[in-house]
Amino acid sequence: MKQKTKGIVLSQKEIAPDIYDMWIETSLAKEACAGQFVGVFPKDKSTLLPRPISICEIKEDKTALRLVYRIAGAGTAEFSKLCEKDTVELLGVLGNGFPLKEAEGKKVFLIGGGIGIPPMLQSAKDCDGDKQILLGYRDGQLFLKNDLEQYGTVYVATEDGSVGTKGNVMDAIAANNLKADVIFACGPMPMLRAIKKYAAEQGIKAYISLEEHMACGVGACLGCVVKTKEIDHHSHVNNARICTDGPVFDADDVEI
Amino acid sequence: MNTQIEIAGVTFKNPVMTASGTFGSGMEYSEFVDLNKLGAVVTKGVANVPWPGNPTPRVTEVYGGMLNAIGLQNPGIDVFMERDIPFLKKYDTKVIVNVCGKTVEDYVEVVERLADEPAVAMLEINVSCPNVKEGAIAFGQKACALYDITDELKKHAKQPIIMKLSPNVTDIAEMAKAAEAAGADALSLINTITGMKIDIHRRRFALANKTGGMSGPAIKPIAVRMVYQASHAVKIPVIGMGGIATADDAIEFMMAGASAISVGAMNFVNPYATSEIVDGIEAYMRQYKINDLKDIIGCVE
Repeated sequence: MKQKTKGIVLSQKEIAPDIYDMWIETSLAKEACAGQFVGVFPKDKSTLLPRPISICEIKEDKTALRLVYRIAGAGTAEFSKLCEKDTVELLGVLGNGFPLKEAEGKKVFLIGGGIGIPPMLQSAKDCDGDKQILLGYRDGQLFLKNDLEQYGTVYVATEDGSVGTKGNVMDAIAANNLKADVIFACGPMPMLRAIKKYAAEQGIKAYISLEEHMACGVGACLGCVVKTKEIDHHSHVNNARICTDGPVFDADDVEI
Repeated sequence: MNTQIEIAGVTFKNPVMTASGTFGSGMEYSEFVDLNKLGAVVTKGVANVPWPGNPTPRVTEVYGGMLNAIGLQNPGIDVFMERDIPFLKKYDTKVIVNVCGKTVEDYVEVVERLADEPAVAMLEINVSCPNVKEGAIAFGQKACALYDITDELKKHAKQPIIMKLSPNVTDIAEMAKAAEAAGADALSLINTITGMKIDIHRRRFALANKTGGMSGPAIKPIAVRMVYQASHAVKIPVIGMGGIATADDAIEFMMAGASAISVGAMNFVNPYATSEIVDGIEAYMRQYKINDLKDIIGCVE
């Protein structure tokens, strides 16, 4: 059951320039799963709408959520100032999450690009496959890399070539001659397009997490749609709602 | 204590409604709000055929509000009748269907399809959406065009019709009078105010549609003024909306002349807003010993 509820900040730190790592105690953690997201509300009343932020990690006892986010505007800048014991209003849990069962006993790529890396942490924890984790960064600020190394073999690509393969995650797949039976990915649109193409060529399934400007977060406003191959079940016009039908889609099903 | 309101012969248990397009057909928000508690659910606009809407980005935040250019994406009347009406029938609330179209014939088709559906209490005619290029707003910005479409729809509608007015006009009173003269049973206002936002870092419009309709608390004073002007220009009831967030806001609109009110963008900010406003209105009535809520409608002269 979705709800808007108060959370309490347990800790927050900057883990790379403009990238913040916040643990929030919240009842929403009870029902959360990998690949879902929450709406975080700024307190400043000039900024009204919930900011959709992916769940990076769910505390083992299901009492807290870890959010790792980049400052992208006034709302996230306000969140970055939150300290231990501060309250924050959350809407959640939202979206469908990754179908990690598809990976059981298979070779899997977990791919994160930039601020798409955080949701891959809980996904890596919950995924039972043979995990190859590909992380794409701009530079040598390798946030969450140490966390992810506990759950699989990590391959890094950096745009500036300072660490790992120079280029993007697709270059890292080629350079390391990696293969997989299924892909889970979150990151910028060019990366997701490349993964969709790669998965089609390889004849494997790819599940990609999409992002779009959102207002309600619960499927009512129809703000965050993505073109779909088939007629969508809600509006019957080949437009799925990213907030409720996604954010995770079978790459075959979406026109990106 | 009586919170009942009557509009065009339809009795609502209270004046709190949902603004079209912000509440779907109630399904999504029924997880947050007991729909039985609301005066009415006003549905997302429905056309004769499915509409795909505009390209994304469709929404963006602005100071104290938001812009949207959804473009009236909807599944069309067939799916609406099969899925949304049966869903809404389960609840003890009034159903007002928002009707959109590109031509007069489109509107007539939807109005006629709904004519024999007893679960639909009223029709709200959307002649004021700023985000679709054909129809809609074209009927809502000229008094003569508004008169003609109202007059035509009255010939086909079995339920009372509410004409939803655009604030993007020079004289809202003139528009209100035109709709009334053509036989409209009620008015609702304001629809969103056309706005624009530019992303200065990317040198791009924030919305793919370039312009969008502004809603949210920042537009409330404009809406209150227009509700006052429109309701004092006509004898038919007015449903007020535009930035309503709290029971205080709702009461302000009623004092300006609204017989009922709708909550729009604030559903996105506080999904419990409609329910809290119902409670808040009752608390206000107790505080000021108001026995009949109707007594405050237009009480400020």
